Amino acid sequence: MNQGELIPHLFRTEYRKIVAVLCNHFGFDQVEIAEDIASETFLTASQTWGLTGVPPNPPAWLYHVAKNKAKNYLLRVNTFEGKVSPQIINATPNSYETEIDLSPQNINDSQLQMMFAICNPAISAEAQIGLSLRILCGFGIQEIADAFLSNKETINKRLFRAKEKLRELKIKIELPSPTEIDARLAPVLTTVYLLFNEGYYSVSQDNTLRKELCLEAMRLCTMLVENNDTNKPQVNALLSLMCFHASRFDARFGKNGEQILYEEQDLSLWNTDLISKGAYFLRAAATGNQLSKYHLEAGIAYWNTQKEDTKEKWEGILQFYNRLLQIEYSPMAALNRTYALSKANDKEQAIIEVEKLDIKDGHFYFALLGELYTGIDNELAKQNLEQAIALAKTQNDKQAIQKRIDLLTV
Amino acid sequence: MNEYLVIMRLDLITKEAQPSPEQLEGYMKMYQDWVGGIAAQNKFIGGTGLATEGKVIKPNNVITDGPFAEVKESIAGFITIKARDLEEAVSLAKTCPILFGEGNSVEVRQVSGRHQDN
Repeated sequence: MNQGELIPHLFRTEYRKIVAVLCNHFGFDQVEIAEDIASETFLTASQTWGLTGVPPNPPAWLYHVAKNKAKNYLLRVNTFEGKVSPQIINATPNSYETEIDLSPQNINDSQLQMMFAICNPAISAEAQIGLSLRILCGFGIQEIADAFLSNKETINKRLFRAKEKLRELKIKIELPSPTEIDARLAPVLTTVYLLFNEGYYSVSQDNTLRKELCLEAMRLCTMLVENNDTNKPQVNALLSLMCFHASRFDARFGKNGEQILYEEQDLSLWNTDLISKGAYFLRAAATGNQLSKYHLEAGIAYWNTQKEDTKEKWEGILQFYNRLLQIEYSPMAALNRTYALSKANDKEQAIIEVEKLDIKDGHFYFALLGELYTGIDNELAKQNLEQAIALAKTQNDKQAIQKRIDLLTV
Repeated sequence: MNEYLVIMRLDLITKEAQPSPEQLEGYMKMYQDWVGGIAAQNKFIGGTGLATEGKVIKPNNVITDGPFAEVKESIAGFITIKARDLEEAVSLAKTCPILFGEGNSVEVRQVSGRHQDN
């Protein structure tokens, strides 16, 4: 790796660690100071390394510089406060003297604690994901803007407001107590899953960026699994689910970035390593008596890693959707459940059920109707598929539905 | 939207009414498909299954093994659903698969109030 690649790479892996440790040391109200010191550290690195060459251990060099900058900052603040407002000194006794701990253990702990601080339902889901990307994943503002199809200014404003809000709430950077952990994990897992979905279903055409979002979500979830306090069944289920989905990442897009439908994917591009990992975490999730939505979604995702169209597969998927909808309704799950019903039971029953759904719009609804009427009433199937094309938003979706109409008429 | 309680009564004591494990699995699928269908319409609120054992307490500290041993129909479980009116609630309830069994019944009652816990 040459120096031009080294610094961006280190930024991605080390910036978040430095921010987490410093923020943990200073308190959340100083998060911007922590970010500034981390950024300045990288600025110093790029200036110095250009002149003197890359040091033998670049991360250690960065930590050393970050520590010095943090100490200088604290010293400045304390001197100022010592002269201007001595009473504050007593409230924050000699904090500049305490060592800033950049050991692997403290880095890890600080990042976990930051995760709980940021994934707070008091700020919007978008803001949680944005802050996570910035502070936990070390993404640049431009990259976050690209992921959200937004601009830097909007993202900056959003992150600023979110930090203000967390400051107002006097968020503490700490792991929740064992009795609170399940309740506090819920919003953390929601954010991790949204981050993953942001990458997996993103409208952004940048495939590398999309994949990185997915990998970051999996990395954060892995940190939770590796910590004894947060290694809970639902966390393993979420990680399993993401592994199963991510296994098809390289098969989902063609050379020109066009989406390739499940039925047409090249099986040799499915990542068998991730499928085995998914199975491993699903087994790890099967402890305790709690059945979370992540368990059910992981079960569905497991069956989707089995390409063969068997009765057993669709019966399995149907039952997971039946249970999932009882825990949490969503229109997409309702439509998918009805499709599974047509495969596991029969199309006639699925047609009766689809008519009862409270979803009478959107291209997915008409595409499903078209699919169900195929072979029963092809004229009706065609009408519904044409309706679906009219409503579909992307060229990819329109083409995929057109293919099914073409198959009807031959 | 109103809330309705759908109470399922099953014959739990007749010897012939005891299903084999395979039958039971089939019943479970039918039951889950029925509840899943209600949930897919966003009309499912919650559900509770009940064990077959229990006690009934009467005045003067009389405790018996319940009506389970005395009457053929006992409550097997209940679900709570959302519906516009009683008519819609009944139409959701009448596809309950336990009604394939002779002597079973489903009762639909509107929830008219709730004890607040705060």
